[in-house]
Amino acid sequence: MKIIVCIKQVPNTTEIKIDPVTNTLKRDGVPSIINPDDKTAIEVALQLKERCGAEVTVITMGPTQAEKALREALAMGCDNAYLLTDRAFAGSDTLATSTIIASAIRKLGADIVLCGRQAIDGDTAQVGPQIAEHLDIPQITYVSAVEYDGEREVLVVRRQFEDRYQTLEVKGQCLLTILSNLCTPRYMNAWDMVAQDQKEIGIITFKDLELDKAHIGLGGSPTKVKSTATKQFDKTIETLELDPESAARAIVDSLKARHLI
Amino acid sequence: MAEFKSILFEQMIKEFAEKEVKPLAQEIDEQERFPLETVEKMARLGLLGIIIPREYGGAGGNYPMYIKAVEELSKHCATTGVVLSGHTSLCVAPILEYGTEDQKKRYLPHLATGKKLGAFALTEPNAGTDASNQQTRAIEKDDHYLLNGSKIFITNAGYASVYIVIAVTGFGPKGPEMSAFIVDGDMEGFTVGKKEKKMGIRGSATCELIFENVKVPKENMLGKRGDGFKIAMKTLDGGRIGIAAQALGIAEGALETTISYVKSRKQFGKPISAFQNTQFVLADLATKIEASRLLVYSATDAKQNKLPTLSVKAAQAKLFAAETAMEVTTKCVQLHGGYGYTREYPVERMMRDAKITEIYEGTSEVQRMVISGALLKK
Repeated sequence: MKIIVCIKQVPNTTEIKIDPVTNTLKRDGVPSIINPDDKTAIEVALQLKERCGAEVTVITMGPTQAEKALREALAMGCDNAYLLTDRAFAGSDTLATSTIIASAIRKLGADIVLCGRQAIDGDTAQVGPQIAEHLDIPQITYVSAVEYDGEREVLVVRRQFEDRYQTLEVKGQCLLTILSNLCTPRYMNAWDMVAQDQKEIGIITFKDLELDKAHIGLGGSPTKVKSTATKQFDKTIETLELDPESAARAIVDSLKARHLI
Repeated sequence: MAEFKSILFEQMIKEFAEKEVKPLAQEIDEQERFPLETVEKMARLGLLGIIIPREYGGAGGNYPMYIKAVEELSKHCATTGVVLSGHTSLCVAPILEYGTEDQKKRYLPHLATGKKLGAFALTEPNAGTDASNQQTRAIEKDDHYLLNGSKIFITNAGYASVYIVIAVTGFGPKGPEMSAFIVDGDMEGFTVGKKEKKMGIRGSATCELIFENVKVPKENMLGKRGDGFKIAMKTLDGGRIGIAAQALGIAEGALETTISYVKSRKQFGKPISAFQNTQFVLADLATKIEASRLLVYSATDAKQNKLPTLSVKAAQAKLFAAETAMEVTTKCVQLHGGYGYTREYPVERMMRDAKITEIYEGTSEVQRMVISGALLKK
């Protein structure tokens, strides 16, 4: 079984601060991390590897700095890693990105493709489903549990909705988008950490893939970000001196009045 | 390429210490409980075999990674730091350096995966700083040595199953002849005695070892007969870097928690971080910690590259880092005021933990002897 996990390196948003003058995110000096949903996808892949002997390949698209995210995945126990990087890829929106990643997956070959549900920086949740569409394979999104039934060779997958679960079985090639609460990703371990230094990261560029320049990069991206703005929160502090019971009532009334509960 | 290993290791050990070690620190101190569950977690991540080569089941990492691990663990819990330091510096390292191929194959894979924890036994009731005044005897007999005597203050005792034991094997014109042995925890006649009730590092097991006619097979002698004292001293040279890293970690942890305390604690209507006394104390402590860090890393480099300056550098690193840890933690308690004296705040534990770094694996006075000895020999 060959599993490809698609990951994204994102800024650690818990450490991001907002520039009070320009109202934009201050990314300078903010450490990058593997997107949390993607890290759980790695864990799912490694658990499948342990249970049924899969080979786990991790891929990411981005600048050369994204190598660190791939090396972290190797240090967790992934077998191979590829970086999709080219000037021609720059400025890609989700459609162009998924076009490039799908092309790389076609080249590398995979039985199961795992993605995180969405990235904490873009929050679109589009790339995973789009990859599945490009590859023309079944997709299950919002996955909160995965089991492999070796006898019947099917994946038993639990899909999470707001108010219910759906249990699905899928046979053959498929793509799953994983929720970070499915399980806790393991730590990197010292053995794989030392071993990854001896491993090469495969580099995949435009010329390695069958791609039309009209469908990738800034030029191939139908979505344009017109503007980005930081949400403004109205902070007003109201002080009430009340006994606990009346205070509780006042809080509830106030929240109700604002339609928050 | 090697830089990724170090970057990733630092990221992993910081996260591990923060999430797995920190939450237990107060509890194991209060209950004087050995953190077995943490040791098992460390074993699964390969932390017990960082410096063990891959052919013996280890990670094949380097000394700086191991030292970083002790430092980061000790930031939150000095007990956990010394468990790893005792195991690695005092048991794994001498087997790696002096062990025969057979000994390495027999012991290192178990020590690497945490199936077995290691310890080192040199100190006796009448052989502390005067380490050569050993009373434990190992008499050669047929295919074994018969070991009799006792050791005290042995870190990891009871939880370890591999002990490096120093004993007198004879007497020559220059005095007692000492040798080193690898003693298994389950050898007949070997028992673990009373557990010490300590001021700090209370989760670590510190016990007496008793040997009554323990038959140690001859193939378990570590190094050559008569090399015991040399092996012990060289082993302690390496161990001192581990303790220096522990001291560095304690100081860093105390400063970190104090910085957040002084920013939130208000007196006279403003946070106490707004007072110049607080600011100046913090500045001095941070500067001393930085100096400790450079000494510790420099000694680590000497160990990794087998430099002849190791012995002095290790002594200097331990002396400075330990005394800095004591000063930093004491002043951090002071900055906390009354709260710092209570067990509600971790600086109280950190101050108790810091004290041992000035004592074990050679007191600060011993470090001064080592340093001045090297100066005056020139």
